[in-house]
Amino acid sequence: METKNAKKVLEVSHLKQYFNVGKKDEVRAVDDISFDIYEGETFGLVGESGSGKTTVGRAIIHLYTPTSGSIKFDGQEVIGMKRGPKMKQFRRDMQMIFQDPYASLNPRMKVKDIVAEGIDINHLAKNDEDRSKQVADLLATVGLNRDHASRYPHEFSGGQRQRIGIARALAVQPKFIIADEPISALDVSIQAQVVNLMKQLQRERNLTYLFIAHDLSMVKYISDRIGVLHYGRMLEVGSSDEVYNHPLHDYTRSLLSAVPVPDPEYERTRTQIEYDPKYEDGSKDRELVEIAPHHFVQAAQDEIPMYQERAKKMGLEVL
Amino acid sequence: MESNESILQVNHLKINFNTYAGTVKAIRDVSFDLKKGETLAIVGESGSGKTVTTRSIMGLLANNAVVAGGDIQFHGKDVLKMSQRELEQLRGAEIAQIFQDPMTSLDPTMRIGRQIAEPLMVHKGVKKDKAMAQALEMMKLVGITDAENRINDYPHQFSGGMRQRIVIAIALINYPEILIADEPTTALDVTIQAQILDLMRELQNKISTSIIFITHDLGVVAGMADRVAVMYAGKIVEYGTVDEIFYNPKHPYTWGLLSSMPTLETNGDELPSIPGTPPDLLDPPKGDAFAPRNSYALKIDTQREPPFFKVSDTHYAATWLLHPDAPKVTPPEQIIARQAKFAKMQQQLTEEERHHKVEEEEEQQ
Ligand SMILES: Nc1ncnc2c1ncn2[C@@H]1O[C@H](COP(=O)(O)OP(=O)(O)OP(=O)(O)O)[C@@H](O)[C@H]1O
Ligand SMILES: Nc1ncnc2c1ncn2[C@@H]1O[C@H](COP(=O)(O)OP(=O)(O)OP(=O)(O)O)[C@@H](O)[C@H]1O
Ligand SMILES: [Mg+2]
Ligand SMILES: [Mg+2]
Repeated sequence: METKNAKKVLEVSHLKQYFNVGKKDEVRAVDDISFDIYEGETFGLVGESGSGKTTVGRAIIHLYTPTSGSIKFDGQEVIGMKRGPKMKQFRRDMQMIFQDPYASLNPRMKVKDIVAEGIDINHLAKNDEDRSKQVADLLATVGLNRDHASRYPHEFSGGQRQRIGIARALAVQPKFIIADEPISALDVSIQAQVVNLMKQLQRERNLTYLFIAHDLSMVKYISDRIGVLHYGRMLEVGSSDEVYNHPLHDYTRSLLSAVPVPDPEYERTRTQIEYDPKYEDGSKDRELVEIAPHHFVQAAQDEIPMYQERAKKMGLEVL
Repeated sequence: MESNESILQVNHLKINFNTYAGTVKAIRDVSFDLKKGETLAIVGESGSGKTVTTRSIMGLLANNAVVAGGDIQFHGKDVLKMSQRELEQLRGAEIAQIFQDPMTSLDPTMRIGRQIAEPLMVHKGVKKDKAMAQALEMMKLVGITDAENRINDYPHQFSGGMRQRIVIAIALINYPEILIADEPTTALDVTIQAQILDLMRELQNKISTSIIFITHDLGVVAGMADRVAVMYAGKIVEYGTVDEIFYNPKHPYTWGLLSSMPTLETNGDELPSIPGTPPDLLDPPKGDAFAPRNSYALKIDTQREPPFFKVSDTHYAATWLLHPDAPKVTPPEQIIARQAKFAKMQQQLTEEERHHKVEEEEEQQ
């Protein structure tokens, strides 16, 4: 997508999220990261286990109080936002879909009450009849039917439960959805159904997604742009084609080389690139630098020429 | 490495589960064999019967399971008829298993060196000192750094990837003939997964174990398997060499499975997906169980179950589409592309062979 004229809906700058601050076991889960997300796009966040993906998502949706930094949504600072109408609007505009469709639905609630939770909290239904109609519409939107409304979560398959989770998120007409590994727990064939549904809803409702996953092929497929996270730092950001086809950072290269491809011939000749985290030691000040148009790499001043050289070798237009 | 000697045969296996709702027909006539030194991958969606199949090989079926038919031959004996004692010996020494979640297969209260050594002591009667020495060797073999100092650590002191290495060490300490790996890397991220898969390949070469590898990640299958069996609703619907399944699949379910997984090259607005959900095994449908979700289904699919049709000596598929009288259909785009790639590979191969021959002949002259 063309990002130049698009509007920034989310601006994260110098976000730090530390846990157990000052204690022996302090964890710098997110350590000074900055990125923007544009209206209507899908921003994919990838990185290995423990890199801080979930923490980023939870900080953005205000489940944590960040250690420092700024998170602006629609131009409004989110950090430190007080309870009140603004907060209420924010809670509607931004929704989250979780990894585990089993754990994230209350087993004792009927599907219609799960889906209508946000409608009730925000008083979005005029009366009972309107509420039922909205629920029926939402279920239809995600490919379930009206009869499903009075059943309980355990009566559904994993893919269907994830659809219920999506219907619940859509109920309050959000603008922005954070999807944290929404398909990891699902079967391959069902994954495709859920991803197709998410794409279709995005087109119809102009939704913006932050899509977190460790399945790199799926992230590439669904995302317009991608950020690579490692040890709580953003190492590379660019359009998904750019990052996958012309990875500049050694970590990104190593990560991509580890992705298993459903092609035996390719697998027989694949060589994995080892990674030496020397470009991440704390000895230098590093920040995201735009090496090629819209393609950023975390680099220290004296590392920039090396990345420019790499980019040139790959035939990129170097800035 | 691979050979043609078959060390395990599963014949017409049928397993039911008694439940309150009725009888779940989980495994409905499954047959396959495992060759010495090969990796056989079993793929198929959730609930298709992968785990139940392998658990019956280990003699580890749930209490409500009923063997409704078939046998499992291992060294001239039917595993399904073995006594508890025989089964314990089998599991400790000849067939080992790795599960998805390393934490559930490790004892959190036992030092890892001891856990690795235990199968040796219990099943092979090896003395403690010697067993611990072998455990240390095994720890090094599976790539646990600083093994000498870590041998007395507890499982929680290791990362997920390291724990899975420990599980592998326990499974392999007795040099089992068969290793069953049920989603061994699903809980790990790609980097760690790649390390564990490399390790499994390397160890397989060293001790020539046969591996049954269960996973739903077709990328992993492509890199690990010699042969692949595709399961659907309690049956194997297609099997063949890894190349035959990935480049020349014949069953529409295999087509759907391969197409619904994006590769790094996949673009476009919609991923091909298999519509609907798997059938209810309390009451499996008549005919081909995949028919209701199959856009290529023929009328006969709803009436009669398809038998296996032979594609090659190593490749069989149970679909009426392979019947000589069946109408010709065009497979999904991605499958056609795969077939094209296969044809090209084969052509290259024959050309290389011809080239080789010519060179050899020239050399001889
Ligand atoms: N509440 C917390 N208290 C202390 N440490 C935490 C907390 N939440 C997360 N962490 C730590 O922060 C780091 C980042 O965790 P996070 O869950 O964000 O990773 P992730 O990238 O989502 O990993 P995964 O792919 O495994 O889900 C980890 O080291 C984790 O142990
Ligand atoms: N103890 C049991 N009682 C009743 N049904 C069972 C029992 N164990 C398994 N089943 C059923 O048998 C079928 C096959 O299950 P199995 O665990 O082999 O699936 P699978 O292919 O391994 O799936 P997954 O990919 O989710 O692990 C499923 O329908 C399952 O619900
Ligand atoms: Mg996470
Ligand atoms: Mg299973």
